[in-house]
Amino acid sequence: MDPKIETQKLNLYYKNNHALKNIDFKIREKQITAIIGPSGCGKSSLLRTFDRMTDLTAGARVEGQTLLDGKNIFDPLVDIVELRKRVGMVFQQPNPFPKSIAENVAFGPKMLGLTHQGNIDELIEKSLRAAALWDEVKDDLDKSGLALSGGQQQRLCIARVLAVEPEVILMDEPCSALDPISTLKIEELMQDLKQKYTIVIVTHNMQQAARVSEWSAFMLLGEMIEYSATHELFSRPKDKRTEDYITGRFG
Amino acid sequence: MAQVTARSKQKIATAVIWASGVVTALILLTIVLYILAKGLPYVNWQFLTTAPEGGLSGEGGISSAIIATVYLIAFTIALLIIPGIGTAIYLTEYAPDNWFTSAIRYAINTLAGVPSIVFGLFGFALFVTALHFNFSILSGALTLVCLLLPTLISTTEESIRAVPQYQREAGFSLGATKWQTISHVILPAALPGIITGIILCIGRAIGETACLYVTMGGGSAVPTSLLSGGRTLALHVYYLATDTRASEKAMATAAILVILIIIINTLTNWLSQRFHTRMVGRT
Repeated sequence: MDPKIETQKLNLYYKNNHALKNIDFKIREKQITAIIGPSGCGKSSLLRTFDRMTDLTAGARVEGQTLLDGKNIFDPLVDIVELRKRVGMVFQQPNPFPKSIAENVAFGPKMLGLTHQGNIDELIEKSLRAAALWDEVKDDLDKSGLALSGGQQQRLCIARVLAVEPEVILMDEPCSALDPISTLKIEELMQDLKQKYTIVIVTHNMQQAARVSEWSAFMLLGEMIEYSATHELFSRPKDKRTEDYITGRFG
Repeated sequence: MAQVTARSKQKIATAVIWASGVVTALILLTIVLYILAKGLPYVNWQFLTTAPEGGLSGEGGISSAIIATVYLIAFTIALLIIPGIGTAIYLTEYAPDNWFTSAIRYAINTLAGVPSIVFGLFGFALFVTALHFNFSILSGALTLVCLLLPTLISTTEESIRAVPQYQREAGFSLGATKWQTISHVILPAALPGIITGIILCIGRAIGETACLYVTMGGGSAVPTSLLSGGRTLALHVYYLATDTRASEKAMATAAILVILIIIINTLTNWLSQRFHTRMVGRT
């Protein structure tokens, strides 16, 4: 099966800082791929190249390519709006807009001009159900998204991404600001979502990577050290540095 | 011992802060109440609805001054909002971080500190004389726009900068364009700060005398168009206080001025609250 996303000799520089070094990485469709590694290893930077959020950083420069369904996303002809519609992102800090719950979910479709295709209320309900939040908020859709708990806010952010019907969902340490019960809910949700979506999660929580993902990549100092099936990586790491990290000798 | 010191320091700090608050509130209340007490007894329907008739005893009322003030403020704010907020958006979201942008910012901060009479002289030279707008509400409003732009730009810039970066990222990551992110995410979040900036500007415009003295002329007739001259309430207070013996009328006009400011601020606050609730949802 062709990979959903494939990077080829991908390099990222922040001014003079070489943040990603020759990354070759394949992400399989409708599976969960985890990227682990110590702080500053480049795992979030790598994730942010997949929807070109790195464009927002002044002085960031990319070499090499990243193919989404075989097409290079750094090609100058690529429509960045179309790319970000196909590749959604959930951030470390839950960041709902200071708007009502309904408007948070409807934001993407409205901006993309998709609201004429069918009923927006149905889309809001569908997205909130898919994000396992509907039952908790169905009577309060006009309430501010900021009035929800942290875990609910994060699921609202997931619903907001689902509403634009992406193909890939990037998650940048989505549970690091959440309590264990909220974390569990998000992890359960991820298992539902992978039926339809390709998920890439960056996490510094190794147990989380082991619990949720099929594939795991270990990064260190901007390099991809090892990439294999999750149970493989955690039980029989091939690289000494991977072994040192997962056994807690550093990081 | 150290703990006791810390605790007594805490007590002293609380007392000082509390006292400062009370003293400030008392001073402000005293001024407002003094003006209202001295001025309101002379306010009646006739005073509000007749034009000033001049003379040493300050005959007549303040109708034309009220009308000129309302005209001037409405027109000034209408002209001010788009360039003011637009420049702030440009400086925060579009302008590259280089010497030119720093120069603009430096110029804005410097202009904010220039005395208003200097703007008045500029307005007199450009709008009144060179452009032949004469002494008029138009000349006065354009001068006020120049005077207030720096204030509105810097308050708006500050409130836009206070919107967290992750809100921008959320907008972009959902496929919103730059302008959609600015208009649907950043501006609504910055709105309360922007409204505060506008209220500040209204307050300054209402209180301004020097720069209007040289651009509106100070005629006492009821203004009929933007090209009519006139005097604002603040300017009228100045005339009454310096050219007449009618100090009770000066106080009465000042009382009306204070009430007008309170009404405008309350109205703006109420509008922004309503707007905000509609934007952010029920909390």
